[in-house]
Amino acid sequence: MSEYLKAERAQEWREALRKSIKNKDRIAIARVKMPEVDPALRSRTYDEVNLGLTSKLAVQESHRCLDCVDPTCITGCPVEINIPKFIKNIERGEFLEAAKTLKETSALPAVCGRVCPQERQCESRCFYTLKLKKEPVAIGHLERFAADYERMSGNISVPETAPANGIRIAVVGSGPAGLAFAGDMVKLGYDVTVFEALHELGGVLRYGIPEFRLPNEIVDVEIDGLKKMGVKFETNCIVGKTISQEDLKAEGFKGIFVGSGAGLPNFMNIPGENLIGIMSCNEYLTRVNLMQAADPESDTPVYKGKKVAVVGGGNTAMDAVRTARRLGAERAMIIYRRSEEEMPARVEEIKHAKEEGIEFHTLHNPLRYEGDEQGHVQRMLLQRMELGAPDPSGRRRPVAIEGETTWLEVDEVIVSVGVSPNPLIPQSFDGMEVTSWGTIVVNSDTMQTADEMIFAGGDIVRGGATVILAMGDGRKAAKAMDRYLADMMI
Amino acid sequence: MNKIVSKEYLSDRVVKFEVEAPLISKSRKAGHFVIVRVGKKGERVPYTIADADVKKGTITLVIQKVGKSSQKVCELKVGDYITDMVGPLGKATHVENFGTVVCAGGGVGIAPMLPIMRAMKEAGNRVISVLAARTKGFIILEEQVREHSDEVIIMTDDGSYGNKGLITAGVEKVIQREKVDLCVTIGPAIMMKFVSELTKKHDVPTVASLNTIMVDGTGMCGACRVTVGGQTRFVCVDGPEFDAHQVDFNEMLMRLKAYDR
Repeated sequence: MSEYLKAERAQEWREALRKSIKNKDRIAIARVKMPEVDPALRSRTYDEVNLGLTSKLAVQESHRCLDCVDPTCITGCPVEINIPKFIKNIERGEFLEAAKTLKETSALPAVCGRVCPQERQCESRCFYTLKLKKEPVAIGHLERFAADYERMSGNISVPETAPANGIRIAVVGSGPAGLAFAGDMVKLGYDVTVFEALHELGGVLRYGIPEFRLPNEIVDVEIDGLKKMGVKFETNCIVGKTISQEDLKAEGFKGIFVGSGAGLPNFMNIPGENLIGIMSCNEYLTRVNLMQAADPESDTPVYKGKKVAVVGGGNTAMDAVRTARRLGAERAMIIYRRSEEEMPARVEEIKHAKEEGIEFHTLHNPLRYEGDEQGHVQRMLLQRMELGAPDPSGRRRPVAIEGETTWLEVDEVIVSVGVSPNPLIPQSFDGMEVTSWGTIVVNSDTMQTADEMIFAGGDIVRGGATVILAMGDGRKAAKAMDRYLADMMI
Repeated sequence: MNKIVSKEYLSDRVVKFEVEAPLISKSRKAGHFVIVRVGKKGERVPYTIADADVKKGTITLVIQKVGKSSQKVCELKVGDYITDMVGPLGKATHVENFGTVVCAGGGVGIAPMLPIMRAMKEAGNRVISVLAARTKGFIILEEQVREHSDEVIIMTDDGSYGNKGLITAGVEKVIQREKVDLCVTIGPAIMMKFVSELTKKHDVPTVASLNTIMVDGTGMCGACRVTVGGQTRFVCVDGPEFDAHQVDFNEMLMRLKAYDR
């Protein structure tokens, strides 16, 4: 454990708290349940499903944390939040201090508390999970509580920044990777400008994840925080198109971080896929989330199918199918070629989807689509699958069961079978090394690319991954770019 | 940015705007387009860049009122701002000295054809422009077209100006008369389809600039997808220009009606 964490843990108030309740009593407390809106009600509105913990529930949950000598939970967090410290601050009632602790390492705590797959990250490394075989401390719920408490208090702290060093840094893309990077660099005193291609900021937080999981207001507040710290934002600016790599250099930018994401939707390239009513999850979610197509005053239209099939089993598929339900689908269906066990979506999202009446057609894979004379999709042919031997990723491979096909009536299909890296930067920048998958090659310790002044992180390096991994990359790149620039100055 | 510095009616329904956009003006090439959004509830709509003045830092857009969003843009006055404008998008036109190039532009498609015409001319091509419209009042930018063409043929459906007949008649006349090395066509999808069928018959290589439904215009959604040579392509990043003889125009025409009610 680092000296810093050790010293923090040794503070008097932490020691006093540890002694105030016996560990035996702490582990006897049951994990808190997140209050949520009733499924029948929420499947008709866009309001957030999870309501967040009350102060009382948060404090109760914080008692469970044992403030371990070796806080393994931190190693499960890609941005290494000092988890015991913020939880212990909640335990002693210092909620604003807890929020401050989050911001030491995370640019978007209110976002991460909502969308991180904690069950695979911090909470999977909790002492309760590892040693006690009990439900882990609800770290995600507590993170969300602290961030929301601060926002609602109207008393939002702006993290301290080092004196301005006048060095200009450009960030390509305002998604989680770019925002995390920008936050860290501005703290170090750099003059940071974030360039965003769309008309609004946040990347997937804005156009992808729906309001019922991540309200736009939350994204706004977190981005406002970065603005207050001095980060500048330019929307409607595509690096590589509107301005070039050379323009950035000519304008005196000394470092560039590429966080342009994996925004290119994959299609299955099966017959009939271009029929009307079949679209990528990106198109569907962009229309609804970014363009607010569900709002009757919005100029952007969107399909409101009655029998909607979403092909895929990831978080995006869950977001799309639950959105379809809210737009009035009588049957909103997930079509997934493996079984539920292999679904990459978060357990919580699958549970929420089921509660909202989403049908799960697992072990089915679309073969082709047919439409009416006007070209509107009418039905899809599904192949029944079974699970074979594990593939290199360790998941059991889906295999077609010969001759077992079935037609499913649909009037809208959303294809959510993954995304590929956005080719714009690799195509328009010189000196980038790119894999056959289209991802940018970086040194995994520093996130530095083949061009020394350019660093990259998030989905453009990983392919489609998670918000928090993108943020972790952003942090790592910031640390490394700072070192690189310091060496250059000597 | 995005301030409207001039506005001119080219016909009852077609408006020409000059918009402040120094960065786009500097980096755009013939064939590029922008995405425009008007108002906080506005949708994102693609428009081809018809011209640019790097010194003034402006680009020119020629917009036909066809629906709610184009109506909204056309209502803007000099001094107003376009809420959001992003570009230049798409791939630039492939320009080289082909020999003789026929530029077949229909209706408002004449405007995005202008920069291509100019670039083709500058590259040393003999440029023959065939302009077509329903009736005389819809032939736009004739003067500028003449400036960059060696010959101009005008076709109107009703014969009120130039020759009576469809654009294909004008194009066919040229093909039968002399060797055409390339045909570029921009206009309504149905027009491009017929031009393409004609030139295919005569083995004249043809490029069409496709105008599909778009949302982001940067390749992240696939709303604009078309089938070209049997493969799905995105018009916003792989195009907007494609080998017309490879384009599935019937599918494209069908998809254009996706949101018709």
